[in-house]
Amino acid sequence: MLKKFLIGFVAVIVSLWFLTPVVLIVIASLTPSSDFYDPQKLFPTKLTLDHLYKLFVVLDGWKATLNSLEVAGISIGLSFLVGLPAGFALTRYVFPGKNAFRLSILLTRSFPVMIIAVPLLVLYIRIGISDTLLGVALAHTSMILPFVVLITSSILSGISVEYEEAGMIFGLSRFGAFAKITLPLALPGLAASAIFAFIMSWNEVFIASVLTLINRTLPAHILNTAMTSPDYFKFAAGTVMALPAMVFIFFTRKYLMSMWGISLK
Amino acid sequence: MVYRKDIIPFLLLLPTLAYLVLFLGYPLVQTFILAFTSDKGAFGNFQQLISTGEFWKTLKNTLLITGVVVPLQLVLALLLALFVNMRFRGYTIVLYIISIPLALSDVSAALMSYSIFAPMGYLNKLLLKLDIIQYPIYFFGFMFKTREFWVIVLTEVWRATPLVFVIILAGLQAVNKEYLEAADIFGFSAWQKFRKIILPILKPSILSALLIRTIFAFQIFGVVWLLAGRDIPILAGEAFYWQTEVNNAHMASAYALIIALVSLIISWAYLTFLKPAQGSTA
Repeated sequence: MLKKFLIGFVAVIVSLWFLTPVVLIVIASLTPSSDFYDPQKLFPTKLTLDHLYKLFVVLDGWKATLNSLEVAGISIGLSFLVGLPAGFALTRYVFPGKNAFRLSILLTRSFPVMIIAVPLLVLYIRIGISDTLLGVALAHTSMILPFVVLITSSILSGISVEYEEAGMIFGLSRFGAFAKITLPLALPGLAASAIFAFIMSWNEVFIASVLTLINRTLPAHILNTAMTSPDYFKFAAGTVMALPAMVFIFFTRKYLMSMWGISLK
Repeated sequence: MVYRKDIIPFLLLLPTLAYLVLFLGYPLVQTFILAFTSDKGAFGNFQQLISTGEFWKTLKNTLLITGVVVPLQLVLALLLALFVNMRFRGYTIVLYIISIPLALSDVSAALMSYSIFAPMGYLNKLLLKLDIIQYPIYFFGFMFKTREFWVIVLTEVWRATPLVFVIILAGLQAVNKEYLEAADIFGFSAWQKFRKIILPILKPSILSALLIRTIFAFQIFGVVWLLAGRDIPILAGEAFYWQTEVNNAHMASAYALIIALVSLIISWAYLTFLKPAQGSTA
């Protein structure tokens, strides 16, 4: 009985520790400025969407959000297009240099993003795609691609090759067997990894800030404007950054362990 | 594997290889070139870097944050993982709540911290309301570097402990219940079970969590930049400053290269330490 109570107590403390900052910033983003600057009001007496509205409409947050979505979309599409075949090769084929390839893919994860941002800017200026969303997306892809290769290889290895072989006996081509049998089975896992890739791009701030000036993504926009804005805009910005990521991670919670386990091994 | 060895796997790898050569390999080479070209010869940038004194402060701060944050995260994550692994009723909800910060960016986390520690933030308002203080306590600004430092540490611990937690929890799944039952028969205490059975099995997970966290802590940027600006200079922040505010890609590259170099040393150390551990548990 005492043990049960203790476990419940610790569970509540742990949950509060991780939830409180999130709840507090959401409340802060809805607090009217008069209530915010009133030291007697710890919590607001009424809520307002004013700050969020101004952040989106007046302070260009809407444009930055769309930019972020576009960058994430291009990065996800490109990294799956390029990385899925490699993930497939890693699970379904034996070939010399396989381990070396896997290891070097793993090692790219310890590449600091700072090292690609600066020279890419120099390159982009030369070829005329500096300050474009495509430029940011290309850089984000190099960060997401190694993750996609490893994660797809792990998802595909969970699907028995015998299904494909059976399909080929019934007359499907090598590619047809993959597209019609393996791919549908792998789809939930692939969707979850796409969501993870989305979060990686959505949250990335260093590359985006270095590579853009006008066409900023949301985190880059916030990093460069937040600290000169009134406090309640900072809270609105923090909330807008946090919510989509939290919703998405809710849908992928089943895959949480395997994703991080694999991407970090 | 039933498919024959042939050229197909290499064709499948080709796009990935080409992409990584173009967008990781090429920038890496360019970083070297940029960092080692200056008006004052190949090492001009590094000479300037070291002579200003700023660099040592920067390196010290980065090492200090890493050195304080990573051990704290490891201990907390270990405790959390052991707790959640008891699989009490409703543990999946706690698991989900702990994993929320995994989805959050450093930008969000910094702003959350700011909502608590701002002059009119929740903490100050609470203390004012309870009449514990008469004037707000300032946590941010050039005058309050020590406080800024601890707010940054707290933010990082809050934000990235779940990452270590998830890796260690995954590692705990490898602990067979029968080992622990056998230990019970031999009268092991809880501490002995942890020390002699759980910890050795967890060693690879702990090492990989430490590696990942150390490398990422060394690249810390968003949290420090938003909360302290250049009051507390850090390596990535200086690279950013030299690139975006001074427009000097050479100095920025020199800083980036130093971050990469340290990351490389950490990775290498990890790979040499982990290999024997994997061999002995296999």
